[in-house]
Amino acid sequence: MEAYIKGISYYLPEKMVTNEDLISQFPEWSVEKITKKLGINERHVASDDETASDMAVNAAEKLIEEYKIDKSSIDYIIFVTQSPDYILPTTACLIQDRLGLPTSIGAIDVNLGCSGFIYGLSLAKGLVLGGMSNNVLLLTSETYSKHIHPKDKGNRTIFGDAAAATLISTDGFAEIKNFSFSTDGKGADNLIVKTGGFRMPKPLDDLTFDEYGNPKSSDYLFMDGSAILTYTLDYLPPIISDNLLKNNLEKEDIDLFVFHQANKYLLELLRKKMRIQKDKYYLYCEKVGNTVSSTIPIALKEAILDETLANKSNVLLAAPGLGYSTGAAVLDFGKHSN
Amino acid sequence: MELKEFIQLFAEQFDDTAVELFTSKTEFKKLDEWDSLTALSVIAMIDEEMEKRITGADIRNSNTIEDLFNVANS
Repeated sequence: MEAYIKGISYYLPEKMVTNEDLISQFPEWSVEKITKKLGINERHVASDDETASDMAVNAAEKLIEEYKIDKSSIDYIIFVTQSPDYILPTTACLIQDRLGLPTSIGAIDVNLGCSGFIYGLSLAKGLVLGGMSNNVLLLTSETYSKHIHPKDKGNRTIFGDAAAATLISTDGFAEIKNFSFSTDGKGADNLIVKTGGFRMPKPLDDLTFDEYGNPKSSDYLFMDGSAILTYTLDYLPPIISDNLLKNNLEKEDIDLFVFHQANKYLLELLRKKMRIQKDKYYLYCEKVGNTVSSTIPIALKEAILDETLANKSNVLLAAPGLGYSTGAAVLDFGKHSN
Repeated sequence: MELKEFIQLFAEQFDDTAVELFTSKTEFKKLDEWDSLTALSVIAMIDEEMEKRITGADIRNSNTIEDLFNVANS
């Protein structure tokens, strides 16, 4: 028995922030600079009363409708988010009820950022191959916009909110091959929202501005850009080499590389560093920005729709993520033609 | 790598700043175009061209392009 991806759909919240909107608040930015450097023209953000679970339910309903999935066949929900509805209970349980799925199913939350889709996929594959589930609904959904300080020009430019729904099953269009993982908690402080958990439950109100004029606060999303860049350059190339080995493949055997779509700038840097041909490298962040754990399923969906994946077999996924948590995996599309 | 080549590569990370403004003594953080994204480009350029990993702190502690060249060569 093998495990496959059987369907992918995604949902973007209605509210959109264009580069022009950002320029009006940050006149030192220019539309050309954002487009040229970061490759992002627009991003969607959740409204004040819209949570990650609301978006995930929308993505799941799209998936169920698009692929005509019998709801009663779904027997497990994995919900990947860092924006749960409550401290407790588990948001995946609320989603089971809202989607009207059977009460006989399993449901868990997974707290991971940009590496979350790959890790969720690995858990789903384990459930299927372990004979514990036949149809896993993997939901990735994030509302980083709610964590970002309004004056944080960089992060507001990069991040967008979105949710994706992926069905993992005993049959489908892309076989899920072998995984590689890496974890280094020493990097935890470099992408963090410090307060609000139990280590620092109360807001610290310690807003300062760094030498570039970017806000820095324990109460909002903080990203040390240079440290994250260094981590990505250090960790991504070796995990890709490891994953090729684990799948008995050479770099030349990969038909398409689909990395976490952080932004075009970082993706181009990685592409050049790893000497990957442009026509084997998928970019999709122009209309959505960095949607954290949903960038890979969104990119895969778009690569199916625009036929980039037509007649392709081996697709290598890789994602660096906060934690640090890094993952890579190969999908075999078996020259599918839809 | 020679300092002259480093200055040229450093200047290539900028889009709107006149190339003659870049010399060994240029205090790069005073350039209008200098921002956190340009800082990342400089870190990436040094990684790619000199196979040397510098940090945000190295940039913070450097004033002139020559200071940074010396860090990258250390």
